[in-house]
Amino acid sequence: MMDTEIRVQSTPLDALAEIEPVYAGRHSVGGVVSFIGLMRDLNQGDRVSGMTLEHYPGMTEKALAAIVEEAGRRWELDGVRLIHRVGQVLPQDPIVLVAVASAHRGEAFRACEFIIDYLKTRAPFWKHEQMADGRSRWVDARGSDDDAAAGWEKGS
Amino acid sequence: MIRVLYFASLRERLGSAGETLVDHPATLAELRGQLVARGDVWAEVFGEGQPVLAAVNQEMATAEQPLREGDEVGFFPPVTGG
Repeated sequence: MMDTEIRVQSTPLDALAEIEPVYAGRHSVGGVVSFIGLMRDLNQGDRVSGMTLEHYPGMTEKALAAIVEEAGRRWELDGVRLIHRVGQVLPQDPIVLVAVASAHRGEAFRACEFIIDYLKTRAPFWKHEQMADGRSRWVDARGSDDDAAAGWEKGS
Repeated sequence: MIRVLYFASLRERLGSAGETLVDHPATLAELRGQLVARGDVWAEVFGEGQPVLAAVNQEMATAEQPLREGDEVGFFPPVTGG
């Protein structure tokens, strides 16, 4: 039975503290794989001083739940935690945490990568970055993210 | 009546977070055509080939998706989360 926790929050994300609950007390878990996405201070050659993450309330939660459910269909998982920040973030702030617990590492590694790849192309979040020189802009979607998600469609 | 929402760069460019349409077209493609017909920035944002995604009742939708009374339609640019 897969235990899931999915959250979208505007408060700081304590990524390390959020990992332990995915396995604590679950004696069948043999491994945990986690991914922590951080805000960087450099994008497309420009210094970035801050970022605002916008989302589509309601749809976001549904999209994240659908991605986690799909991972649960593809692999035998004990637990998944998926937490995403919205609002204002600064360089080094965790933006997203994916933590996957499973009996064996192979399932956990694959499911973790699948979830973040799908999230990047299917969950309605948008980044608006503030640059060190005072300009600001919406971040463009990257073709490489589409390629990563499409790779899972081919049954990899 | 349907509710139409605009997000992120679309909201900024259109100067609107959303609106209610009393008379709604039959499909998502027709709705997009109506928005283009408003001209100016609407034509720029929703014109053919522009990277706009759409959701109906908070699920990703394609152009042929039929629209029904009470639907919520969201328009937004390609997503950049994670």
